[in-house]
Amino acid sequence: MNRLEKRLREKRAAGGKILLPFLTGGYPDMETFIGLLLELERVGADGVEVGLPFSDPAADGPVIQASSQVAIERGASLTSIFEAVATARSRGLTIPLLYMTYYNPVFHLGAEEFSKCAVKSGADGVLVVDLPPEEAAEFAPAAREAGLDTIFLVAPTTPEERMDKVTRESSGFLYCVSVTGVTGEKKPVVEMVGDLVKRIRPHTDLPVLIGFGVSTGEGAAELAKVSDGVIVGSALLSSLGDERGDEAVKRGGDFIAGIRKALD
Amino acid sequence: MTIRGETGRFGPFGGQYVAEVLMPVLSELEEAFAAVLEDEGFWDEYHRILREYVGRPNPLTFAANLTRMAGGCEIYLKREDLNHTGAHKINNTIGQVLLATRMGKKRVIAETGAGQHGVATATAAALFGCQCAVFMGEEDVRRQAPNVERMRLLGAEVVPVTSGSRTLKDAMNEAMRHWVSHVDNTFYVIGSAAGPHPYPVMVREFQRVIGDEIKAQSLERFGKLPDCVLACIGGGSNAIGAFASFLDDEVKLVAVEASGEGLETGRHAAAIAGGQVGVLHGQKSYLLQDCNGQVLEAHSISAGLDYPGVGPQIAELARTGRIEVLTATDEDALAGFHLLTRTEGIIPALESAHALARAVDVAKTLPKEAKLVVNLSGRGDKDLATVLAFEKKGGAA
Repeated sequence: MNRLEKRLREKRAAGGKILLPFLTGGYPDMETFIGLLLELERVGADGVEVGLPFSDPAADGPVIQASSQVAIERGASLTSIFEAVATARSRGLTIPLLYMTYYNPVFHLGAEEFSKCAVKSGADGVLVVDLPPEEAAEFAPAAREAGLDTIFLVAPTTPEERMDKVTRESSGFLYCVSVTGVTGEKKPVVEMVGDLVKRIRPHTDLPVLIGFGVSTGEGAAELAKVSDGVIVGSALLSSLGDERGDEAVKRGGDFIAGIRKALD
Repeated sequence: MTIRGETGRFGPFGGQYVAEVLMPVLSELEEAFAAVLEDEGFWDEYHRILREYVGRPNPLTFAANLTRMAGGCEIYLKREDLNHTGAHKINNTIGQVLLATRMGKKRVIAETGAGQHGVATATAAALFGCQCAVFMGEEDVRRQAPNVERMRLLGAEVVPVTSGSRTLKDAMNEAMRHWVSHVDNTFYVIGSAAGPHPYPVMVREFQRVIGDEIKAQSLERFGKLPDCVLACIGGGSNAIGAFASFLDDEVKLVAVEASGEGLETGRHAAAIAGGQVGVLHGQKSYLLQDCNGQVLEAHSISAGLDYPGVGPQIAELARTGRIEVLTATDEDALAGFHLLTRTEGIIPALESAHALARAVDVAKTLPKEAKLVVNLSGRGDKDLATVLAFEKKGGAA
């Protein structure tokens, strides 16, 4: 068990709720991104999900689309984000970190090479959003071999008979998609998410985190009641406004500190 | 789930590279499509509509003047341009919207580049009384104003897409996002023989009527199969439709990609000749991408070929050498456009003009008595403004 799953299980065992913020790698710029990583740890994030921006993010809503485009335009690439994360590690980032991306950049680099570079940068897990278990045969074993947890999604549309297929391939935690939609748009209905988590539990004892549409402290707290914690992405990126540098770091930190407070 | 033994994998290509939310939706679609494949009533209805409404079978026209000009073998034209709405796209939208109504979905969505697939979907939606929304890049909405008006007249909502490069690939991203958010009542009508399984199989089956007719018409007219069938490829729907019936026959199959301003300029839409294997829009296939695996914008004078990928079955047929893949530039396509217009009095779509440009060359390599069929996938009225603007500028589209 690597750092990601271990830390999340420890948090759950201690009765705490897990808070996993999402940042787009290289957004709003590389230096600010590094500052944000460190600030998120300081204000109590239990881990961080770093999006490796892709030109065609078909599962993402407008906020993550726009941040991905900006990051790419400002020169972010897998290599430069890996370097930035390594820099953050060297400056004292200790919380677990996973990469979220789409399959083409991974496939283009090669599953083994990608996994090796990700681990070397200091990552503990990876989630490829357009890679369901059925298509993961060439990637997931390589990622696990390199020491990465492989995170997969369960959605409200996932039927009972697919649950085992998804949970079997999963390590680290299970990413429970709260709505049938893209990131950051629809508001989840707590009762429905609760029912979904109940359907998931018999299939795995991994921590179950809720993502998509978690935007306020109040909403996060309600969703955390029916799960082990939450992932917050679009709302965090929105909170930065058009700021870069210290002001952006402060805004992001304040926003996540607010969610932390609501969860505790 | 398989469809008549097909898993949606074509060698190393195809697959279902989509977010978890869509996996059960694709399973439902596979099951529904597998069921109608065995349902004679469904196909009777489909073919009745193609006959009475679309105007099929359309003719196989001997292009006598073009043949003389080319100085090679006999060139015939499969007249998809004579279909209702002016292109082959309607074959597929009739099939998919009919399937949508069988599945109880009252709402259909589509992506469109030039607007032909959007118009064909809006037309089928009007016929079957479905709601329809068409996603179209903001850039294309501007370039293809007449088709936007057509879709609106037909009752469709045209949704301008402002993300990414604001063209076809972004329209497809947005259609997929919308689909994910409305899976319970919405059917996504994909126009290319591309996307996640079962779309490449389904689109091929709804387009194979083109090749089935070419085969029947050739047997009746020549007493044998044609020697060569040639078609343009963007995503590949008209090509796979024309080729599907001939895959096991001794018939030369030639596909023509759009090489835009030239392969060496990087401004082209030739995914096979100028791309690498990658994953986009739910499938693995050849893809135009940069050294970081970011998808590149395609370029072609013809909006219908302006797509950075290609359907997975076409990719596999190219990889294994079953089809020959040629390219034609914007300039070549314009030459083909004028050539057919002047010699035969038929204004071809700029997409089909790519095929015509190479057909003349291929004809020269075949014996005089050989029969070459070019799939004339659409008519060119929609392209007049593009052609005039291009020529006024004296080059670059």
